[in-house]
Amino acid sequence: MSLSLEDVRRLGELARVEVTDAELLAVQQQLNGILGLVGELQAADTAGIAPMAHALGRELRLREDAVTEADQHRLFQSIAPQVAADLYLVPKVIE
Amino acid sequence: MLDASVTELARALAARRVSSVELTRACLERIAQAQASLNAFITVDPERSLAQARAADARLGRGEAGPLTGIPVAHKDIFCAQGWLTTCGSKMLANFVAPYDAHVIERFDRAGAVLLGKTNMDEFAMGSSSESSHYGPVRNPWDTAFVPGGSSGGSAAAVAARLAPCATGTDTGGSIRQPAALCGVSGLKPTYGLVSRYGMIAFASSLDQGGPLARSAADLATLLDAMVGFDPRDSTSLERPKEDYARELEQPLAGLRIGLPQEYFGAGMDEDVRRAVEGAIAELAKLGAAVVEVALPNTGLSVPAYYVIAPAEASSNLSRYDGVRYGHRASEYADLADMYRKTRAQGFGAEVKRRILVGTYVLSHGYYDAYYVQALRVRRLIAQDFVAAFTRCDVIAGPASPTVAFKVGEKVADPVKMYLNDIYTTSANLAGLPAMSIPCGFGAGGLPVGLQLIGDYFAEARLLNVAHQYQRATDWHLRAPPVPEAQ
Repeated sequence: MSLSLEDVRRLGELARVEVTDAELLAVQQQLNGILGLVGELQAADTAGIAPMAHALGRELRLREDAVTEADQHRLFQSIAPQVAADLYLVPKVIE
Repeated sequence: MLDASVTELARALAARRVSSVELTRACLERIAQAQASLNAFITVDPERSLAQARAADARLGRGEAGPLTGIPVAHKDIFCAQGWLTTCGSKMLANFVAPYDAHVIERFDRAGAVLLGKTNMDEFAMGSSSESSHYGPVRNPWDTAFVPGGSSGGSAAAVAARLAPCATGTDTGGSIRQPAALCGVSGLKPTYGLVSRYGMIAFASSLDQGGPLARSAADLATLLDAMVGFDPRDSTSLERPKEDYARELEQPLAGLRIGLPQEYFGAGMDEDVRRAVEGAIAELAKLGAAVVEVALPNTGLSVPAYYVIAPAEASSNLSRYDGVRYGHRASEYADLADMYRKTRAQGFGAEVKRRILVGTYVLSHGYYDAYYVQALRVRRLIAQDFVAAFTRCDVIAGPASPTVAFKVGEKVADPVKMYLNDIYTTSANLAGLPAMSIPCGFGAGGLPVGLQLIGDYFAEARLLNVAHQYQRATDWHLRAPPVPEAQ
């Protein structure tokens, strides 16, 4: 499976990572090299084999639906790029 | 003193022959001397470390010491430590002072250990050479023209160069074992779920495991005792009865069955590595072990499966880096989407970006089944191979790396070439099995070779036993590189 330059651009969009025009060709070549490596998986016979997400097949632990955390927003927001009135500031999205 | 093991240092501290302050100062001096030539550390804060050392000395004075009280420990810069800059080797977190402690850091703190500094690493733990760090490459203390391995290269180099008696690392596809092998130190990746990942910056959540690096198996046992324990804040943390990881160290090896996978001893490894590894296996046989051939038929699929699963999980985990709540934010952007795109393009290095893009691709519509789900099926095949092999042997042995250390810059141009460093290590991560690397000789250029031992689930004590008995009969693990030149 070979990626086109447009595929790489689209992946950049999906991943929210800017891939500049200058980088595009090199990134395409490197990604295709990597996909060549992982393409070997296609040949594997996995008929009847269930996917394995967790090494020991454990399921996610559940807990009581109770409040256990204290409000530490001041501590956590002390390292934020832009904060005002306890809110994280980002560029306006809706006009 | 700087050559001493953690066990010897603990004895010396308890007997008040040396203080934690003296020990910590000696390490800090060594670190400063070696920083220009090795670049093993990203952050050092002598005042903070010495304050911890003073507190440890007070505990020692009151007779309230444990096995790690007063012992300086270097921590891979992937562990959040409250009040310490925690960068994960990335520009994205160049300004991130962690507001909380990782569970692992808490445990060392409770044990009275001294946080010596934060070690350099491949960015976001993605790499096998510690060259992708935003803070410059780490160098191998045995020959600084060569890489220390990665991604826990700073930790491995620090322990090898006697800058620290021990260190922490993380291992997702080999990142403790391979640098341990390339630097001539001992390192262990525990069974998945034993060491809490809370506060351990996430790369691939189903593969990441924190573990210790030191200069002996006995020391690894002491460190493992401190690191392992249930943590409700990590949803994959296992609740198990407390173990003494040193309990089997002295057991003789008579009756031990060592499995040699035919797939590991084929064409993949260099001759100098083969010689050292086969020498180690012969030594283990002399100590009473029986050697059996086993088969791990899906070995060849482990690197491809890993390089689908790990990037997929990374693309999800690293989506949190958006410039909104912490870390780097681009200074110029047109709108929110642009802020995300630019922040992430600026904050991440090339390898991290590549893996995010690969991960995004294999999870995307139309490719998810063919790549990601297929990789998870192959994962089960690989795990099943080990289950079968462990019916015929107790421990699997082989190389940790196909080569000794390579030159800085040698493999950076070709990602796939770099990925192939991982051929012997990724299977243990995919299967969740415990595995370690211990020094077993030297290869070309006088560079270290590591013997990898892989155990069944929760067989850490057995692995440490085999390693300890080997280290009683040999002295590879005591060899030291030349003293780094002061700059």
